[in-house]
Amino acid sequence: MTQYIIRRLLLMIPTVLIVTVVLFALLRLTPGDPVRDQFGIDLTPQNYQARKHQLGLDRPMPVQYVEWVRGLTRLDFGKSTRTHEPARKVIFERFPATMELALLAFVVGLGISIILGTLSAIYNRTWLGPSVTVFGLASVSIPGFFVATLLVYFVTFKWRLMPSPRYIPFSTNPIDNLKYIILPVIALSHSALGGPTRIIRSNVLEALTQDYIRTAKSKGLSEFVVVVRHGLRNAMLPSVTLIGLGVATLWEGAFIIEQIFNWPGVGRLALTALRGKDYPIVQAIVLMAALSISFANLAVDILYAKLDPRISYVSKR
Amino acid sequence: MSASDSSILAQQIPLTGRDITRGRLGGFLRLTRRYPRVFACIAFLLLIWAVSLSASLLAPYDPYAVNTHNLTAAPGWSHLLGTDELGRDSLSRVLYGGRLSVVVAIVVVVLSSSIGISLGLVTGFFGGWLDLLVGRWVDAQLAFPGLLLLLAVLSTFGQNLYNAVLVIGLLGWTSFYRLTRGQVLQAREFEFVNAARSIGVRNWRIMWRHILPNIANPIIVVTSLVAGGAILTLSTISFLGLGAQPPEAEWGSMFFKALGDFRLHPWLIFGPGIAVFLTVFAYYILGDALRDALDPRLRGR
Repeated sequence: MTQYIIRRLLLMIPTVLIVTVVLFALLRLTPGDPVRDQFGIDLTPQNYQARKHQLGLDRPMPVQYVEWVRGLTRLDFGKSTRTHEPARKVIFERFPATMELALLAFVVGLGISIILGTLSAIYNRTWLGPSVTVFGLASVSIPGFFVATLLVYFVTFKWRLMPSPRYIPFSTNPIDNLKYIILPVIALSHSALGGPTRIIRSNVLEALTQDYIRTAKSKGLSEFVVVVRHGLRNAMLPSVTLIGLGVATLWEGAFIIEQIFNWPGVGRLALTALRGKDYPIVQAIVLMAALSISFANLAVDILYAKLDPRISYVSKR
Repeated sequence: MSASDSSILAQQIPLTGRDITRGRLGGFLRLTRRYPRVFACIAFLLLIWAVSLSASLLAPYDPYAVNTHNLTAAPGWSHLLGTDELGRDSLSRVLYGGRLSVVVAIVVVVLSSSIGISLGLVTGFFGGWLDLLVGRWVDAQLAFPGLLLLLAVLSTFGQNLYNAVLVIGLLGWTSFYRLTRGQVLQAREFEFVNAARSIGVRNWRIMWRHILPNIANPIIVVTSLVAGGAILTLSTISFLGLGAQPPEAEWGSMFFKALGDFRLHPWLIFGPGIAVFLTVFAYYILGDALRDALDPRLRGR
């Protein structure tokens, strides 16, 4: 097992290397002059050179890259070109709002997909099977921004079931916080629904055709026990891989959903930074997203290997 | 959303010996007769294409004609979907957005499939250092949330419609690549491949004549999914203000413009929103129907 984890970690090195090189290249290819961005446009040539030297921008590119990566390992993402605050501080302030939203959406989304996927697999031959398929396809076809806007329009405006969207920190008022998070969570979990439902459904269908299901049934176990204890448990194993996928989907979803619900999270910060060409912030957020997805996938692989004794971690692949 | 999604939806397509490209038109007609769902889905997509491509004939007004005397008019007989904040006819703009969506789907599919299929064929067939290299690159690219990578690249190279379509196409090859490579790995062990090799057929010819036609089915399915995903992604990028720019009649950008006052004039969000949904849905259900039809083992999954 240790060997497997070590090899899996080693495989991550080239990935992280490419991710950082790409981000570094994007940062350097970006039009604009970082020296003038930081110190203003009216610099004398001598001053300009001095500032450039101070920022380390006159050194060769590989050296600059190594310096940049070294900064990253100290969580130094540079400074916002707008507010001149450290990018780390700006992002960490916004992090709790996104985390809360994403975690809740993840739980709700996965829960609904497990229920829908399982039910539609069990009742595959009735109307439920095909309609869940169509529902899944429809839900991945409808743009996230449209779902969110429809929710805001009907629930808060037309039917007046809820006040206008806003964010109230959990520490200020937990009840209000949860009340206002309902709609964004529905919108965000919707985006992480279609794919997982389909995969869980097909995993359960697969599991239900296995021999051990027939054995369990012939032993006289009740339908419920057969499905839950034998079918679902075995179907859940391949579904573990959905966790990695979910992290990626939620990052993307948060980007869109936070715009519409005025949610002061990382997604909105990133878009403000993108529009204002505040690159250090953008790079830091993209890097964090990429790393969190890589580590989620790593965790999934290890978890999977731990859960499924059939996977050997010693042999190649 | 799109790129990674479509590869997931298609991942579970195992290899089948049957091949719909072989019988050309006859085989295709047989397919649609045996699978009415495929027929219905193709008809639906063709309808959307027909409406989209004849936008200039169907649109009652010029989509860019500003009319300051008729700002944000509610839907009525003269303007079926109302008018926007500059008095432009919303229906005409939605139709022209459809025309754009067809172009986007084609450009993205051509770009991403040509890169993805050729790289997948070569790396799957030969393996070796190129396989390792491309594999690491794909891992790295998939570590980014697709949308964020698109936005980061766009913010570096300029935010406009052309760049957006180009970048979606150039970054979308991974779904084709992973599918093709996986299928080639299976197909190269087949007996007819060995037979061809034993009589001295050259590698390139084996790839082109023996392997590619046999893995065409899942590729066709992914094509449909990638096309739908491309339209969805472009609308999302434009909605975030980083793709198509006003006054372009593009759905996401129209939606973004309308969002400011959508409580007062909701018809301006319903038009483009429903248009994106229906169009993407048409591609996705076609992909799903084809997947079922081309691989009987997956029926109903």
